[in-house]
Amino acid sequence: MKKIYYVIGGLLAATLLYIGCNQAAGTNTNGALASSAAEKVYVAPGEQDEFYAFLSGGYSGNLTVYGLPSGRMFKEIPVFSQFPTSGYGYSEETKPMLNTSFGFVPWDDSHHPDISQTNGELDGRWIFINGNNTPRIARISLETFETEEIIEIPNSAGNHSSSFITENTEYVIAGTRFSVPVPQRDMPINEYKGNFKGALSFISVAPETGRLDIKFQVLMPGFNYDLSHPGRGKSHGWHFFSTYNTEEANSLMEVNSSQNDKDFIAAINWKKIEEYVDNGGGTKMPANYAHNVYSHETHTGTSTMKKEVLTVDPNEVPGAIYFLPTPKSPHGCDVDPSGEYIIGSGKLSADLTVHSFTKMLAAIEAEKFDGEAYGIPILSFDDVMAGIVKSGGLGPLHTEFDASGNAYTTFFISSEVVKWRLGTWDVVDRKPTFYSVGHLMIPGGNSRKPFGKYVVAMNKITKDRYLPTGPEMEHSAQIYDISGEKMELIYDFPTHGEPHYAAGCPAELLAPKSKKIYRLDENKHPYGINNPSEARVERNGNEVHIYMSTIRSHFTPDNIEGVKVGDKVYFHITNHEQDFDVPHGFSIIGQNTSELLVMPGQTKTSIWEPKQVGVWPFYCTDFCSALHQEMQGYVRVSPANSNIELSWSLGE
Amino acid sequence: MKIKFAISVFVLALLMIGCGGKTEKKDESFTVDRKKSSEKVEQEASETSQVPASQRITLDNKGVGQIKEIALDPEINQEMATAGGELFKTNCTACHRENKRFIGPKMQGILERRSPEWVMNMILDPKLMTEEDQCAKDLLVEFNGAAMSNQNLTVEQTRSLLEFFRTL
Repeated sequence: MKKIYYVIGGLLAATLLYIGCNQAAGTNTNGALASSAAEKVYVAPGEQDEFYAFLSGGYSGNLTVYGLPSGRMFKEIPVFSQFPTSGYGYSEETKPMLNTSFGFVPWDDSHHPDISQTNGELDGRWIFINGNNTPRIARISLETFETEEIIEIPNSAGNHSSSFITENTEYVIAGTRFSVPVPQRDMPINEYKGNFKGALSFISVAPETGRLDIKFQVLMPGFNYDLSHPGRGKSHGWHFFSTYNTEEANSLMEVNSSQNDKDFIAAINWKKIEEYVDNGGGTKMPANYAHNVYSHETHTGTSTMKKEVLTVDPNEVPGAIYFLPTPKSPHGCDVDPSGEYIIGSGKLSADLTVHSFTKMLAAIEAEKFDGEAYGIPILSFDDVMAGIVKSGGLGPLHTEFDASGNAYTTFFISSEVVKWRLGTWDVVDRKPTFYSVGHLMIPGGNSRKPFGKYVVAMNKITKDRYLPTGPEMEHSAQIYDISGEKMELIYDFPTHGEPHYAAGCPAELLAPKSKKIYRLDENKHPYGINNPSEARVERNGNEVHIYMSTIRSHFTPDNIEGVKVGDKVYFHITNHEQDFDVPHGFSIIGQNTSELLVMPGQTKTSIWEPKQVGVWPFYCTDFCSALHQEMQGYVRVSPANSNIELSWSLGE
Repeated sequence: MKIKFAISVFVLALLMIGCGGKTEKKDESFTVDRKKSSEKVEQEASETSQVPASQRITLDNKGVGQIKEIALDPEINQEMATAGGELFKTNCTACHRENKRFIGPKMQGILERRSPEWVMNMILDPKLMTEEDQCAKDLLVEFNGAAMSNQNLTVEQTRSLLEFFRTL
């Protein structure tokens, strides 16, 4: 009997040991793998990320700021959309930023952010982004991370091949995806062919202020101008646009604009056109478009309607524009860091077409044309093509580059990122994405100086990557470590809206100059007050202006009487804090706009139209101190015919 | 029977309250023997001293921070004091009055209670002071937890504020 016990006991012990060892070994193996990916993305509490990443917000109309490699979101910058979190587009100061020739348009579809460059390298002064739906380009300061300027693009519709920055930020380039009648007029849709035009806009950027101005628009044939990138290095001065629908179809595009075996990449020598317009060339055309500028001194945006735009007919500038035949409705149009290779991603194909800038110049020199389209010479495919990347994937879309001669292309249909060598066109590696990847981004990956450590793939479909949140889910993004020969998927993170393109740069380019406060002694807001003794309430007919200040934790004044039903009450709030990260909020019951979030030293204005007699509270929405809950006040609202005098006080 | 009576008294009372609103007279709706919070605070602060921090004389304490030693000229520099007065108006009056307690202590007589170094350190880095200086800590408690704001002033600006305080 005892023996049996021993045997059983022995077996049991052995089994336990075995299992124990096995488990330990298993855990270690998994642990080693898991921890290496985890270590790569882990930014310990209190430490900071190595890169900034700016992801377009797609149909949110905004721009989101993330850290790499952690994938943590730092900020959503309101650009084309009203944003109740800060009051952007609701406050009196920022409403003009969303003005257009169509009136107040409180939303857009933002697609392609691009950071300003000097000598082809990221300089971190501004980031630009396009509004696709009601064509606009925005310039955002990378000191304040606020939208400073928005310019509407006339004659454009579906502002998609935008906003790409030339090597010295000479221009932001904005091309139209949809061709339209130029100027707009009442005409039958089926007379599209030969009549519609595609406007490609070259918007100059003032070197010191960044101020935008449409220098000229090239009125191209009525194709769809899908994406674009500037030349760099040797090809600086040229800009390349992918086109589709060279069939000029106007209905059932899914079928009708995929008939031609090849569409074009349009190569535009903008330096030549610039010279032409500088010498008085071009035609001034009546137009109507908004130019909205925000001042950090007055904390106020102003909107001006512009009435004229300079247009250029391609035929008037011979030798400035050529078409490069490119197979299968090319989508992405990317230029490598040297400026030699122009990569066209035929989205209905398996292969990538790479054109050579040198070969293109030689073909132009030799006048080896295959024909022309509306007077624009078409170069022969074989004369300009440098190579074909036989990828084995399906549905190539976009390409970015590292600093060691590698290119990384996304494949939408086969859901993968493919790494290949420039020059040999050999595929080196491929990794799946989850799922249906659109753009990808390597910090500096569309400049002369890429920082090739990570690639972020932005996917269109999320499905099972996160806990389900009903039918609608945020899009997924993936971070790959690309520092080795093979790419390694190291992290998944959710994004906001639908990010299309993104831009990234090393943190040290921006972090040291990021603004902490607005100086009160530089506040030139007409309704700002720089000390509490100026706090007051003034009546002008039925307009009541309240000059109010905030500091932890009270409003000056906090008791206001003499307001009447039917008044238009302007709360002008100046935040008197001068310390980093101490905003105060302002909200009042029944506000038909949104709260205000006022940064230190800033002034913002909210309109309130009281509809009911009573004593109504207002309060600070941003938990500002231990006495935040005490940061409140009252407005007494009397009947419209009341004769109660205006009065205001604090602590009396 | 008793319950019915009680209910009708209650309803009557409600009615009276409802009507009473019209008069807008200050209605002492309830009174409790409550101590003012500042009195209570004094007791808490008494670990270090029976005297409230705002009334304590701590001229030997230079505080914590970058200002180690300030030599005051016997003559008040009027130009500096004027500049300080302007700064006081824009940066301090949200919480301080010259001659009365407001959100924070009054400024009159501040240099009879505090050393010049302490005053400047408090302006330059209130967070550090309330963490490491006992007097600043006690003041924070006495003044209801209203933390002093860092107004990001330079040493030179702070020095002129100090000169302004000498004129009060």
